[in-house]
Amino acid sequence: MERSADMKRRGWLRATAFWVAEAMALALGAAALAAEGQPAKIVIDGSTTVGPIAKAFAEFYMERNPQVNITVSESGSGNGAKALINGTCDVATMSRFMKESEFKAAAEKGVMPVAHVVAMDGLAIIVHPRNPVKGLTLHQLRDIYAGRITNWREVGGPDRKIVKISRDTNSGTYETFKEVVMHQVPIAPDTEYVGSNGAVRQRVQTTPDAIGYAGLGFVDETVKALAIDGVMPDRATVASGRYPVARPLYMFTNGYPKLGSHLHAYITLYLTRKGQEIIEGIGFVPVTSY
Amino acid sequence: MGVATVSSSPTSPSGGHLKRPGEVELLLRKGALVRRRLVILVGHGVLLAVAAASAAAILFVFYSIARDAVPFFRVRGFAEFFTGTRWYPSAHPPAFGAVPLFVGSALVTLGASLVALPLGVAVAVCLSDVIPFAVRQWAKPMLEILAAIPSVAYGFFALVVLAPLLQERGGPMLALAAWLVGAPLAALGVYVAGSSLVMRLPARWRPWVRPLVFALLAVGAVLGLAYISGRLKMVIVSSGTNALNVSIILGIMALPTVASVSEDALRATGREIREASYALGATRAETMVRAVIPAAASGICAAVMLGIMRVLGETMVVWMASGNAAQIPSPWYNLLAPVRTVTATIAGDMGEADHMTGSERYHVLFALALLLLTIAFVLNLLSEWALRRARRGGH
Repeated sequence: MERSADMKRRGWLRATAFWVAEAMALALGAAALAAEGQPAKIVIDGSTTVGPIAKAFAEFYMERNPQVNITVSESGSGNGAKALINGTCDVATMSRFMKESEFKAAAEKGVMPVAHVVAMDGLAIIVHPRNPVKGLTLHQLRDIYAGRITNWREVGGPDRKIVKISRDTNSGTYETFKEVVMHQVPIAPDTEYVGSNGAVRQRVQTTPDAIGYAGLGFVDETVKALAIDGVMPDRATVASGRYPVARPLYMFTNGYPKLGSHLHAYITLYLTRKGQEIIEGIGFVPVTSY
Repeated sequence: MGVATVSSSPTSPSGGHLKRPGEVELLLRKGALVRRRLVILVGHGVLLAVAAASAAAILFVFYSIARDAVPFFRVRGFAEFFTGTRWYPSAHPPAFGAVPLFVGSALVTLGASLVALPLGVAVAVCLSDVIPFAVRQWAKPMLEILAAIPSVAYGFFALVVLAPLLQERGGPMLALAAWLVGAPLAALGVYVAGSSLVMRLPARWRPWVRPLVFALLAVGAVLGLAYISGRLKMVIVSSGTNALNVSIILGIMALPTVASVSEDALRATGREIREASYALGATRAETMVRAVIPAAASGICAAVMLGIMRVLGETMVVWMASGNAAQIPSPWYNLLAPVRTVTATIAGDMGEADHMTGSERYHVLFALALLLLTIAFVLNLLSEWALRRARRGGH
């Protein structure tokens, strides 16, 4: 179709105007996004112990910021570290510190893990409520799990065989128990392994002769916590370090999150009063006493 | 230029050679013949490729597992894996003695076989020959439902219901099981033994002696069962997640497989065998035991193999309810001790054992998987061989 010079000029003007408007819209959108702070999506994976904290924080944060979507999975500390290294999650919740091999692997992939200690966790040593034993020494606990003490009567209980429950080797809880209690002594081969803190509690609450260990947050009235070296696990003793079987709970990010981003706001929730109330509500010990 | 004709009458209109009646004469163009051969070849090729694809898939699985298993053997050798009894893959230094895992798998398979095989074959015999047809119509579907229950549901039941039950009432439960299994067997034994004993005596004494002998034997059987169950009642089960728990559940899981395949084999023997046997004057028991079951033996053998392979490969139930303790129970037949199977180890250790963070732990899982695959293959070949032998030999 034949176009006059006038029409062609107007066509050009329209096209230019259109593209300029598009570019401005994109720029504005990008600026808005940057101002909010990416990502509007946070993926969290890792420990089953820290999982409840991450979930509670996520619910709290998503309530205040509905445009942010936070997903929390609990596939174990080891898997969380792996996911952070592979770039498939933004936050790795772990109940143990990262191993040297994990740091090396992260550095190779250009990931710089930064640890945030969000809470303290006492590992409660739990037995069935009917078990009359009230406390053990750390040494006795080690001997029980090493297989050197096999009957409850050797530690002041009934004449029954001790059934030892342990977390499977995937978990940070197991690593902490091994480090704090066992000290390189191998665990006896007839120890039973289960897959989560909840499973330890379930086994102990249905087995009168069982002994197990789980995060302090998992102790309720269906199981009984023992005093270790005379100290019962509770908030004060764990935070002050008097209770021997205790550990910090971590959230790892790739580098320190950008100030003002949603990730930064989420990861510093544990410093706020509300965050520490949440932590206490779950049964862990906040790092500061508010 | 030939003509394509098909003629079936002896007097062919085209005047070709006369052959026997019914024989077909076919004349084709040379090009058509080649084309036809090509089409046949292509068709065969396509079908061969499709059939080969499944074989290729199996070979590929085998190859990829073996490829990742070889590094473990290269580093640690064979001796420790096959003869060592300490399984500590995450310790420093790690120990990879897999014998406790093999014993655990074997123990659990043995226990489940004891539950599933006799019961499964008995159920099959009942379904095919004893139960009235109307009852069979709803009994067989109910059996199939057992097979449809997901294994994680079985595992959950084993962990949450059966384990506490065994812990609280393990002794009485074992005693009850002894009665349930022992009473029919004892009744049968008393009857058979009593009859054969009475038969040996002179005919004059039989009417007086028969009730006496039966009464004595019955009392003896009852006393024996009472003693056994009394001893069993005293047993304390300290941990309900043990080999017995898993054996029972796995037996129930394998039962539908064994029963279904056995029942199909029993039905496939046909009516003639049964009718012939009855015609010769055999009782129903004699017919079943001496005629039908031997005729169906190859199918029952295949059912047994299928059941064993099902039990051997089960992961979820053993991971949840076997206790996962990598130990050899102190008398090896102590089913009340927690054990750890090969399948549960592979499933449980996969998370932490990764290429980056621990290569021996990663590769040993592939070594275990290779072993499992090899055993499944061997069992399969054995059952094939048994089937072929039975078919050739004939019963």
